[in-house]
Amino acid sequence: MDAYILSLTIFVAINVALALSLNLISGFCGQISLGHAAFYGTGAYVSAILSVSGVPFAVSFVAGGIAAGILGFLVGLASLRVREDFLAITTMGVNFLFVGFVRKQGWLGGEIGITAIPKPMSDAGMATLAWILVAATAFLLVAIRRSWLGTGFTMIAQDEQAATSLGLNVGRFKLAAFVMGTAAAGMAGVIYAHVAQLIVPDAFGFVVSISILAMVVVGGIGSIFGVILGAVLLTLLPELARFANDYKLLIFGALMVAVMLISPGGLAGAFQRLRAR
Amino acid sequence: MFHLELLTVGLIQGAMYAMMALGLTLIYGLLRILHIAHAALFTLGAYAGVLAANAGLGLLPAAIVAVAIGGIAGPLVYVAIYRPLLDKPPYVALIASIGLLIALEDGFRLVFGPYGLSFDNNPWFITGWMIGGIYLNAVQAAIAVTAILSIAAFTWFARRTRAGVAWRATVTDPAMARTFGVEPDRVRIMSFAIASMLAAVAGVLIGLLNNLVEPTMGSIIAYKGLAIIVLGGLGNVPGTLVAALLLGVAESFGQTYLDQVLDRDAIAFLVLIVVLMVRPQGLFGKAG
Repeated sequence: MDAYILSLTIFVAINVALALSLNLISGFCGQISLGHAAFYGTGAYVSAILSVSGVPFAVSFVAGGIAAGILGFLVGLASLRVREDFLAITTMGVNFLFVGFVRKQGWLGGEIGITAIPKPMSDAGMATLAWILVAATAFLLVAIRRSWLGTGFTMIAQDEQAATSLGLNVGRFKLAAFVMGTAAAGMAGVIYAHVAQLIVPDAFGFVVSISILAMVVVGGIGSIFGVILGAVLLTLLPELARFANDYKLLIFGALMVAVMLISPGGLAGAFQRLRAR
Repeated sequence: MFHLELLTVGLIQGAMYAMMALGLTLIYGLLRILHIAHAALFTLGAYAGVLAANAGLGLLPAAIVAVAIGGIAGPLVYVAIYRPLLDKPPYVALIASIGLLIALEDGFRLVFGPYGLSFDNNPWFITGWMIGGIYLNAVQAAIAVTAILSIAAFTWFARRTRAGVAWRATVTDPAMARTFGVEPDRVRIMSFAIASMLAAVAGVLIGLLNNLVEPTMGSIIAYKGLAIIVLGGLGNVPGTLVAALLLGVAESFGQTYLDQVLDRDAIAFLVLIVVLMVRPQGLFGKAG
């Protein structure tokens, strides 16, 4: 396979994994997070630091996921204190804080970031790993949807107060959603760091969080198939149409507005309505 | 003396935040929408101002043009984007608002170029005075004066005019206001007009202060503005004004003393997260 196509498939897989993991938090459990890139970045930075200092890839992979999950747990604790609009702003704050902190840390490379991250395997190997992560995340989401955990998430997403009064331990469910979703985002970050071999703070900024959110809402928040479709389309769109690359943010932004106005359920919602006819 | 200077710079920055946050909190109080795209109107105002000024108008007429354009564009955003989404869950309007900001910012970049525009003639930028040992230029003075005047005018409007009473009634109880003959939609349009005029004038002033108008000049303010209205206790006008000034001062001190650890723009969010964990309803919000 052509090297360009191969690296493209890796980036598609990374974005699908990110979108699916955000979908678990925001779609399934209804906790709108505007800071997903912070967890993606935590995985990338932790694993990059470890790999550069000679730790084997398998260890840095797991460590990246765990570190992101721990940060996700902390932000999940915040979601027990603040809700809805307040939570959205808090998660946005976490993203700005992450970038603002990393940028000033000499030991994390500051503005220049971390370079010369060793590549643990061939591009084909990394692509396989990335798609295994996608498959595992998708499988996790399907399994959750069919389990009591998924029912609990849906109840919280629809009416948190009602879920509490029915005796559901809302806090535990939210924490579970945050930890699983952010750990998966962290692993996506590990793969990104070891494919790009170079990471800078801006690669994990608020715009990235919004791009991930755009993939989720364009695909259809809460839908597994829709979100995969949304992530693939929005990643490929700027690549397929070269002219579109210059207008990437314009297109992303306009799509987000258009989808919200026309079909808040995204592509998945539109398909469902067509089928119902 | 150095601290006094930091305080002054912080208060002026805070005054600018106050002008932006006042509009955001007005809209939140009325519609429960986090109007992130407010910053696009700030940038639009700045572009209108710099283009009008460079076309040969004086600075004051250019600012008036900018305010007029803001006053028209704001209600258009409400009618085109928010009004159709009012009965949807809150995240729908939030995502549409973020999308609108990103699209408009990219639009500004495509139309006016990525490097931004400067004022050909910016006399306020180079005029300044030493007051009590602190140097203040005319733009900084103008920001302070404009903020005080516009907030005073807003308070007068809300307390003393018919339209202001209708606005307060709609915030408190839209259904009851309607039975007294207040048309909520007209109140909303009016609020968007007022908020956007404030954003536009803030945009012109910041354009003058930096002598640069660029496509992304609003993005940091967009997000910080939200942090401020949350700190102030969403929808609480006096709380928002205090939070804006506090943040301005916290930033100017933080930039000096925390620069080794944290980016200036992250300070707002550090304060925000710490406050929210202690008081989830914000500094001045009502509990429950």
